[in-house]
Amino acid sequence: MSSNKKYWKSVEELNENSSIVETLQQNEFVQEIPTDEFLGDKSSLESSSTSRRDFLKYVGFSTAAASLAACEGPVKKSIPYVVQPDRIVPGVANYYATTIADGYDFASVLIKTREGRPIKVENNNLATSNGDANARVHASVLSLYDNTRLQGPKKGEEDIDWITLDKEVGAKLAALGGKELVLLTQTFASPSTSKLISEFKAKYQNVRHVVYDAVSNSEALDAYQMMYGERALADYDFSKANTIVSVAADFLGDWQGGGYDSGYAKGRIPKNGKMSKHTHFEANMSLTGANADKRIAVTPSEQKQVLAALYTYVTGSGSKSSLGADLDAQVIKAAGQIKKAGSSAVVVTGIQDVDAQLVVLAINKAIKSKAFNESTPRTIRQGDSKAVIQLVKDMNAGRVGGLLIAGVNPMYSLPNANEFKTGLEKVSVSVAFSMHNDDTASLCNYVATTPHYLESWGDVELKKGSYSLMQPTINPLFDTRQFQETLLKWTGNTSTYHDYIKSAWTGILGGSSWNQALHDGVLVKPSLPKQELVDAIEAPEGDVANVEAVPAPNSADQNVGAAARRLSIAKATGLELTLYTKTALGDGQQASNPWLQEMPDPITRASWDNYLTVSKADAAQLGLTNENVANGALNGSYAKVTVGEVEVTVPVIIQPGQAKGSVGLALGYGKTKGLKEEMQVGVNAYPLYKNLNAVQNVSVSEAEGEHEFACVQLHNTLMGRGDIVKETTLEIFNTKDHHEWNAIPEVSKNHIEYEVTSPEVDLWDEFDRSVGHHFNLSIDLNACTGCGACVIACHAENNVPVVGKSEIRRSRDMHWLRIDRYYSSEESFEGDNEKKDNIAGLGSSLSEFGEMESASDNPQVVFQPVMCQHCNHAPCETVCPVAATSHGRQGQNHMAYNRCVGTRYCGNNCPYKVRRFNWFLYNNNDEFDYNMNNDLGRMVLNPDVVVRSRGVMEKCSMCIQMTQKTILDAKRDGRPVKDGEFQTACSAACSSGAMVFGDINDKDSEIAKLKEDNRMYHLLEHVGTKPNVMYQTKVRNTTEA
Amino acid sequence: MKQVKHRNSASKILILGTVFLFTLFNPVFGQEEVVADTAVATEASSGGDVAKGEELFKSLCAACHKRYKKMTGPALFGVTERRDTEWLYSWIKNSAAMIASGDADAVAIYEEYNKTAMNAFPQLTNTDIDDILAYVMVPKAAPVAPVGQELSQEAPSGVSSDVLLAILALVFLMLVVILFLVNNTLKRFAEANNIELPGQEERTPIWKAFVQNQFLVLVSTIFLLLASGYFVYGYFMQVGVDQGYAPIQPIHYSHKIHAGDNKIECKYCHSSARVSKTSGIPSLNVCMNCHKSISEVADATATAEHSKEFYDGEIQKLYKAVGWDEESQSYTGETEPVKWVRIHNLPDFAYFNHSQHVSVAGVECQKCHGPVEEMEIMYQHAPLTMGWCINCHRETNVKVADNEYYEKIHKQLSKKYGVDQLTAAQMGGLECGKCHY
Repeated sequence: MSSNKKYWKSVEELNENSSIVETLQQNEFVQEIPTDEFLGDKSSLESSSTSRRDFLKYVGFSTAAASLAACEGPVKKSIPYVVQPDRIVPGVANYYATTIADGYDFASVLIKTREGRPIKVENNNLATSNGDANARVHASVLSLYDNTRLQGPKKGEEDIDWITLDKEVGAKLAALGGKELVLLTQTFASPSTSKLISEFKAKYQNVRHVVYDAVSNSEALDAYQMMYGERALADYDFSKANTIVSVAADFLGDWQGGGYDSGYAKGRIPKNGKMSKHTHFEANMSLTGANADKRIAVTPSEQKQVLAALYTYVTGSGSKSSLGADLDAQVIKAAGQIKKAGSSAVVVTGIQDVDAQLVVLAINKAIKSKAFNESTPRTIRQGDSKAVIQLVKDMNAGRVGGLLIAGVNPMYSLPNANEFKTGLEKVSVSVAFSMHNDDTASLCNYVATTPHYLESWGDVELKKGSYSLMQPTINPLFDTRQFQETLLKWTGNTSTYHDYIKSAWTGILGGSSWNQALHDGVLVKPSLPKQELVDAIEAPEGDVANVEAVPAPNSADQNVGAAARRLSIAKATGLELTLYTKTALGDGQQASNPWLQEMPDPITRASWDNYLTVSKADAAQLGLTNENVANGALNGSYAKVTVGEVEVTVPVIIQPGQAKGSVGLALGYGKTKGLKEEMQVGVNAYPLYKNLNAVQNVSVSEAEGEHEFACVQLHNTLMGRGDIVKETTLEIFNTKDHHEWNAIPEVSKNHIEYEVTSPEVDLWDEFDRSVGHHFNLSIDLNACTGCGACVIACHAENNVPVVGKSEIRRSRDMHWLRIDRYYSSEESFEGDNEKKDNIAGLGSSLSEFGEMESASDNPQVVFQPVMCQHCNHAPCETVCPVAATSHGRQGQNHMAYNRCVGTRYCGNNCPYKVRRFNWFLYNNNDEFDYNMNNDLGRMVLNPDVVVRSRGVMEKCSMCIQMTQKTILDAKRDGRPVKDGEFQTACSAACSSGAMVFGDINDKDSEIAKLKEDNRMYHLLEHVGTKPNVMYQTKVRNTTEA
Repeated sequence: MKQVKHRNSASKILILGTVFLFTLFNPVFGQEEVVADTAVATEASSGGDVAKGEELFKSLCAACHKRYKKMTGPALFGVTERRDTEWLYSWIKNSAAMIASGDADAVAIYEEYNKTAMNAFPQLTNTDIDDILAYVMVPKAAPVAPVGQELSQEAPSGVSSDVLLAILALVFLMLVVILFLVNNTLKRFAEANNIELPGQEERTPIWKAFVQNQFLVLVSTIFLLLASGYFVYGYFMQVGVDQGYAPIQPIHYSHKIHAGDNKIECKYCHSSARVSKTSGIPSLNVCMNCHKSISEVADATATAEHSKEFYDGEIQKLYKAVGWDEESQSYTGETEPVKWVRIHNLPDFAYFNHSQHVSVAGVECQKCHGPVEEMEIMYQHAPLTMGWCINCHRETNVKVADNEYYEKIHKQLSKKYGVDQLTAAQMGGLECGKCHY
């Protein structure tokens, strides 16, 4: 029986006389479809001679022609050298030792070149200091091939040649009329450059040399001078310290020139039941704070009080602590540990305050810290912020006639850039020595385009007595001339800078060979007595502006007490902003480097951005929010940050561990001149950097809009999953059996519990893996600082593409190696585990798992590098329908890209989520404008590794090209492979020794020992994948003094 | 009778045609090559032994001198007319002493050749020097005329073969016509003699029968499908396989002359094959190691296909590319790299390392590159497909002798597989990741 019911689709239909219903009955759409719009201009269509038939003919023809043409292989040309250089064999890499010294990063490195092209940066193992490349140094090789670099000298907007430039500038410099000529430079720390500048000063009268560090260390330098009479930075060796107390010193980051992580990591690996104890007071969550055993979040003004109190408790003199009881108790504990450790302790601070720096030096002096090397102060920061501020004043007063700016970009990095601009207009001749047409260069009269450090000569004194040489690794790509070369010309010296260094080095070399020094890249002269050392190097760079402001060394002792008193009464109004530098961009010199832009921040895991880090409590008060949108990406509100009359609007990330009452913002972003649009990300924080001081009192208010972040890790907390990160305390580690703190999960079979590693409960038959090599990689969670050098090294070695911000936001990042960062939701990970174990019942689980999703106010942090685990029982291999991924006898999980059809089953079946899918063709694609899309940028590609195409899976290969090369070298020499010869890009880049790679079938190898270590565990062991990557349980030193 | 006459005429044509054919073929076979022996045995003017002089010249002088051409040193033909014999004796025995003593001629020639000192040959006796001088004074042989004639004679014979073919076709056509005529004639005979010819039965045409036989249709369709499948598969499998690829190169470089006739070791020029993944196309300075003194090929090098002038022209191309001025025997500095066309192209996703195969495994170059020493121009010998690679890995034993690297692994693996000699495949040479990364 049919129903009489009337069905209606909208209320409108109930209205009998509705015109819409009427129209809809006739037409499918109420409105006429605007075909004209998408067919374009009607008249031109009508006049077009191409009919539909013609069009189809053309399509048919071109398709046929294209498919026919595709059958014909392209003709490839092969062009040999006319005269092949002796040392170049096509296909064989050459290595050169050189040094990066861009004013911010200083490191002795090895450069791998192929057919004359530098393609990778490696650590220089001969270097005793700063031999470890950080992420920026690893990425610097890509900055060489930056197609936004200037290609020749310029006068204003027009290109000129060097002869014209020399003539015109020479004439203008001669006609300054008694006005001052100022050299505004980066820190060169170069003996030969110092000598050259003094000669330049002698030639042109009335010359002032101002050294400017974009991120200032002026106060630390001043304090050191007050104490030791030398303007330098204290040098520490953290491997000698078993108790480290840091007050806001991010020494695993860029604190005082960086390069301290390898020494620190050495002391962090428990040996004979001992490891160092690290207590950290800070406001922003830094890399160092994240690695500390005990991290105490305090605002910048409290930091000063903490330091004053620490001084009081350690030395027994000084004023009484004014801290709150909780904090005071922490300081007392820290002081107790220092006193107990005595000379094995060290205190460091990153507070930008002469008093604070002085107090720290005094504490280290008082405890006679072994970690503090008095005889070898660091010379890699020499900037004087007072002199810089004075210079801007002088420029505006019209006292400066000529300005030569080398290696710095004050228009971008000065807080008072506008004043600098007005001053610059009053200068009669200004020359910028720059690689890019950046903010400063574009305003100067002339740009004397400089080469990249890989195209330059140079020398650096990293610290007293430790010298390092810079040599070109490629012919200059463009018509460039380095700053020193130009200075030589302008002083009338006809020798090349290479010869100049060589002659300047006769004193430094003593009797040793120049060629040997150039080959090694480094030269250490430890035997020289102190006074001779001072004579050997030239006078420190720059003219100290206010000599009288710095008291004589002998009065320092009295000053310390007063300094501590001044620190103890530090107060702040409103929120305190700490400006910091990020691992990826540093001071922002390499902002146009896509590798660095795409490298996720180790703490926030956000790439392509800087942001205001706000504590949860403050965010709630200010109405600032973070949320994950439907596709999982992170959005955040904007905030208006005001310092005085300067106001910037920045996106906000709520940062666990941020001290309440403080906010943080990274410098180095927001560049807008001289780089591609894609790289112009973030907000320039330098305008807030008043008086070149990183701590500012700010007011923060909510602003309109929502920011879209490109954050690669959405899950912040570990949620008590002890099978991912195993952690224990030193006490348990020392006293209990390893089965207790590093238990292998068990499964039940026939009511008998078996360990998951037992063959009894294995789905698969085990292969015999005892023959040949069997590669394993060990990652020590204790030594890993999360610095990210491995991430960039992997990029460089394996031609990993850059995908850009919007793709990252869609979780399509291509990093083969990621460093997961986990927060604890309780005070510690232990607390997490307990909480999870105690969950009972559905109600409890719902609420408590919900709670565990958010990190605690001051969480524990752990870093875990994860790459393909190269499982012996790999789940990805069994699901591949085309056998594109398979296992090798040497333990590597192979991926044949040309066989892959892109089903992505393997990615779905991988428990570690390390497989990456090429959603697009990332090279030669107009949609992407990164290094793989221009001829210059492609020069960095590793010719031994294929560039993957669209639609295939890729992943970590455990650098099979490197292991194969090591094997081939051994075969050719007819010898067995030695331990330590096998390396991957990440293990070679890891200066902290966290990553160790090798052959476990070589029973005497380090990796074989690590495999048997009590701390060893596998990621998600219970899945039974039997990975070839192992982790070493993290041990925290929670011993109280 | 009429008919008899007919028959006669047909046989006559046949015979005539055959005779005509033979006369045409005859001159081709009859052509005897008369190549004049061009070896010159001219009597020497100064009375030395030319043969002995040639031997000495080639061992001692040829590195820097030529008889008719300037090289590092001057051309020596006519030297006895330019210089006094005594002067030559002392110059050859010790030129440096003469320059030092301030002999005007000696100093002049020393200056002229950029102060390049000539080696002293105190071991030569005056007789030896006479022999050498006798050899250098042999006048240049006139170009061999018969070669050119031979070439010009070959052209008409090429045309005649075409004509021959046309005549043959004509003869066949005639035969068909004759057959038809004979048949007609016979039929007419039969009719005339009233002989009943067997009548043709009405038969279904073969194609109709074929269509009616469904089984046959099915079988042949399957056969056709299979056959076309086979060919289509064959066609697709050769897409991208460039076996036999022999592109025209900017310089006609003959491996036959270098590696074959002159037996130059492959790795002399392709030296990076020993240490690198690429075998390396030799840079032009490697060519100049020899070609600095070899500016022209020997007469014997010329072939019917390529004349001496052609080869000399190719050497000139090298000089132009490397910027070598033959006149002044110096480099001009104006170079233009040679853009060779790459013959062996492995796809980007396959990693191949020459040193692994050449140095470690000791594989002969010819194994993959074919008889290079016989190739006038280089071509791709092997298909360079994955199947080809793998086949070799399956068949080839790993060369383990005197290689400590293999000691342990070979012992373990050969025990495991129960063999004496491991193949590359057993050593792991079939794993994907060994070649694809």
